[in-house]
Amino acid sequence: MRLLIVEDDRDAADYLVKAFREVGHVADRAADGEEGLALALDGQYDVLIVDRMLPKLDGLSLIGQLRAEGVETPVLILSALGQVDDRVKGLRAGGDDYLPKPYSFAELAARIEVLSRRRGGRNEETVYRVGDLELDRLSHRVSRGEDEIVLQPREFRLLEYLMKHAGQVVTRTMLLENVWDYHFDPQTNVIDVHMSRLRSKIDKGYARPLLHTVRGAGYVIRDAKS
Amino acid sequence: MHVFRTTTFKLTLVYLSVFAVAVLFMLAYFAWNTDRLITEQIEETVDAEITGLTEQYRLSGIRRLVLVIQGRAQRPGSNLYLVTTFTGEALAGNVASLTPGVLDRTGWVETAYRRLDEGEGAEHRALARVEQLPGGFRLLVGRDLDEREHLLDIVFSALRWLIGLLVVLGLAGGLFVTRRVLRRVDAMTGTTQTIMAGDLGGRLPIAGTGDEIDRLAGNLNAMLDRIEVLMRGLKEVSDNIAHDLKTPLTRLRNRAEEALRSAKGEADYREALEATIDESDGLIRTFDALLMIARAESGQGREDMADVDAAEIVRGVADLYEPVADDRGLGIAIDAPAPVKVRGNRELISQALANLVDNAIKYAEPGPPSANGAPGPIEITARGEGDRILLAVADHGPGIPPADRGRVVDRFVRLEHSRSQPGSGLGLSLASAVAHLHGGELRLEDNAPGLRAVIALPRAGVPPTTP
Repeated sequence: MRLLIVEDDRDAADYLVKAFREVGHVADRAADGEEGLALALDGQYDVLIVDRMLPKLDGLSLIGQLRAEGVETPVLILSALGQVDDRVKGLRAGGDDYLPKPYSFAELAARIEVLSRRRGGRNEETVYRVGDLELDRLSHRVSRGEDEIVLQPREFRLLEYLMKHAGQVVTRTMLLENVWDYHFDPQTNVIDVHMSRLRSKIDKGYARPLLHTVRGAGYVIRDAKS
Repeated sequence: MHVFRTTTFKLTLVYLSVFAVAVLFMLAYFAWNTDRLITEQIEETVDAEITGLTEQYRLSGIRRLVLVIQGRAQRPGSNLYLVTTFTGEALAGNVASLTPGVLDRTGWVETAYRRLDEGEGAEHRALARVEQLPGGFRLLVGRDLDEREHLLDIVFSALRWLIGLLVVLGLAGGLFVTRRVLRRVDAMTGTTQTIMAGDLGGRLPIAGTGDEIDRLAGNLNAMLDRIEVLMRGLKEVSDNIAHDLKTPLTRLRNRAEEALRSAKGEADYREALEATIDESDGLIRTFDALLMIARAESGQGREDMADVDAAEIVRGVADLYEPVADDRGLGIAIDAPAPVKVRGNRELISQALANLVDNAIKYAEPGPPSANGAPGPIEITARGEGDRILLAVADHGPGIPPADRGRVVDRFVRLEHSRSQPGSGLGLSLASAVAHLHGGELRLEDNAPGLRAVIALPRAGVPPTTP
């Protein structure tokens, strides 16, 4: 994946470039808003990572101009301002996701992955399949192989989100945001408890586990064989 | 001189002007009335005389009339008398000349005249009546108007004196009153400047008159008292924060130092670094919580308010924590059947409620089993009561002793038995700050046994209708 990182803090930018390289992505760097805008308009990037506070042209304005030019590349906004209204402002300006600083790299990487695959039909599918696990979004039926699995509404929503991003790491924060629309930190491992219940319903007793915990990052649902 | 620019001075002038106008009206009315009275009197007297004289003429003829008039006309201070022939030739009386044309008409007339016994220059005015006698003779009887004119002179003279007096009194009085008021205001201004320069203990002087200036000073003093309390509180909080954050920071540092000192091999280093990250994450969470509390306390977040359903919020939070409670042997029971409208910030209220539920799960023990043997649940309710909406979390844990209920809402306060639990000690502070932001309050009540934590928020406009 080709990424553009628009960040004026040299150390932070270098860290990100290096970290992304280690997970197999290529990242370019821009040190101010104008340079960032020029590069974004020119190059073909899969995802843009834009810091909110930039010299010459601030992050939100950069995104605004980008959208005005018709560039649809997904943008993730990084910011020290982490309150909900800051997030709303960022998304309204045309950003696709918002991550307050400080963040863990695993969180950033997971979100980038999800953003890069956002375009392209995943939303229109009515049935998600991973291995022999099947989820029907319309009828809310879930089955694995021959067995029908009964899930509570929130378990269904959790599974739906995981399967929508099958093969991609989904962080606890992302689950909290997308299933409950909460942007705060619950301070206890609530998500882990939910996930262990879900696991016991869809994986227990089956030969191949589909729901995996990724240490230091989150969860992923995938069929190991595929 | 800034005396003249003061409101007091201007007010004094306004009052005086109004007063002057009132007095003017009074004087004018008085003058007009007296004028009318005098005129009426003259008219009566003259009418009576004319009637009498006409009678005499009728009974005894012109000679008799002339004689009578001659007698009367010569008396000192007498009225005006004149009898003329049909052609205007004077037969008797004391009038030397009249305004031309007076005798040509009958009835009342005001005229200039000159007496017979006066020289050319003396002219007076009189109110007279001309009567036409049978036979063509004309009779005129009148009275001098100098009394009336004298009265008007008195009035005008009084007026001049009055205006002069008012101007002098007005300026003097205004200056005097204003200077007194100014002195008090200046005293207050002086004190406020001292206070602003840094002496927060200063207070405004109270004259003891109990008037509006004193009341203002009293209120400002109360405000200063409050500010002093807040500033002291602020200092306390910053002291507390410094202390309570230095502890985990020190721990962090120590761990890292220890690793440098005594780690053998990569596994040790890895472990130390992972622990450092965990500790840092904990610190970041604490900072975020502190920041959110500070923002809520200073009123930020008010602009994001909308009409939200408290019952919906309860269901969302309960849904999130239900598995955790279940794992601990506690259930969550919701009692929020009807939509309960509140004007608020959904995110903040959810977070506050989540903190309360988190506390309940952390500290509660399973309560008395219900009928079917399941453990007593944590009850989360949303309902209206009076002018408030109450979101309550009730547990059957150890509760909070009444004496501590005020303290626990302060930042970083953990009661003794809970010091070992994970968490930042900010949960209740945040809940309280969020409640205040919405114009409500956090209430900690006895659930007998256990704690009932209530976020009380003001209702949103129209009360909800229950189905």
